[in-house]
Amino acid sequence: MAAKTARRVVETQIPDFDRLIHEKTRLAIVSALAVNASLTFNELKAILKTTDGNVSVHTRKLEEANYLTVKKTFEGRVPRTEYSLTAGGRRALERYLDHMEALIKATRG
Amino acid sequence: MPDALRDHAVSNLRYIRETMERASAFTSIPGWGGVAIGVTALVTTAIAEPMTAWNPRRWLAVWLIEAAVAAAIGAASMWQKARRAETRFMSGAARRFFISYFAPLIAGAVLTAAMLRGGALDALPAMWLLLYGAAFVSSGAFSIRVIPMMGVCFMLFGAAAALLPLSVANLLLGAAFGGLHILFGLIIARNYGG
Repeated sequence: MAAKTARRVVETQIPDFDRLIHEKTRLAIVSALAVNASLTFNELKAILKTTDGNVSVHTRKLEEANYLTVKKTFEGRVPRTEYSLTAGGRRALERYLDHMEALIKATRG
Repeated sequence: MPDALRDHAVSNLRYIRETMERASAFTSIPGWGGVAIGVTALVTTAIAEPMTAWNPRRWLAVWLIEAAVAAAIGAASMWQKARRAETRFMSGAARRFFISYFAPLIAGAVLTAAMLRGGALDALPAMWLLLYGAAFVSSGAFSIRVIPMMGVCFMLFGAAAALLPLSVANLLLGAAFGGLHILFGLIIARNYGG
């Protein structure tokens, strides 16, 4: 309950807070891409331990926000989707990390 | 409420760090391939053991053949596992893994040639086990957690082999290359997708 309230407070009270990557799956996608030049759909799915649908939905949202780019190719006959973080996506993650650190500092007793 | 906010921020940062760690790991380590390598190593130990007394150079030749067979099994099973998971061998994680893995093995190959020339064959099992273990300890930083642990076990066998004559050290080679590969291979196959 306290965790849920804390989450709501973070989302509503912090100015310029990025709700898009505050969602856990999207935060994980951005974090994973921050340490890899690119990742395929299946690599992301394995790292996130989630379903095809979940990866599709959240990567699409991040793509719409220009946080990541998608490259679709074929390896033989098998389609291959590869994701990379954009400069905007990397900045968004850095801003998010700054917000979390600021929150820890501000609430230190 | 400040406590809950702080906990929330800390847990988010931890989640980001853990995801980054997971995403930086090369995970296509073949468990069943390790088991197969272990079985061939046990066979090699049995074949090579009598040679430790009457022809150490032939003993070395047998183990070098085993190294080539093990490398072929390892490469084929790793390629198969990576292909199944669509992992690329040129990704950052894979590159870091292979650089740390091969550096001690290349050192081992050069030292093997030097020791063969100097006639110091008794020290080979210890050197092989220590460097093979070092390869897993260093590359394990970029892979699944069980890999550095396996490396430490190989190094312990190597340290023991350094104190023993070739005939006994050969048995330790078998216990490590055979037993540890089979044991850790089963752990990896069971917990890390084959």
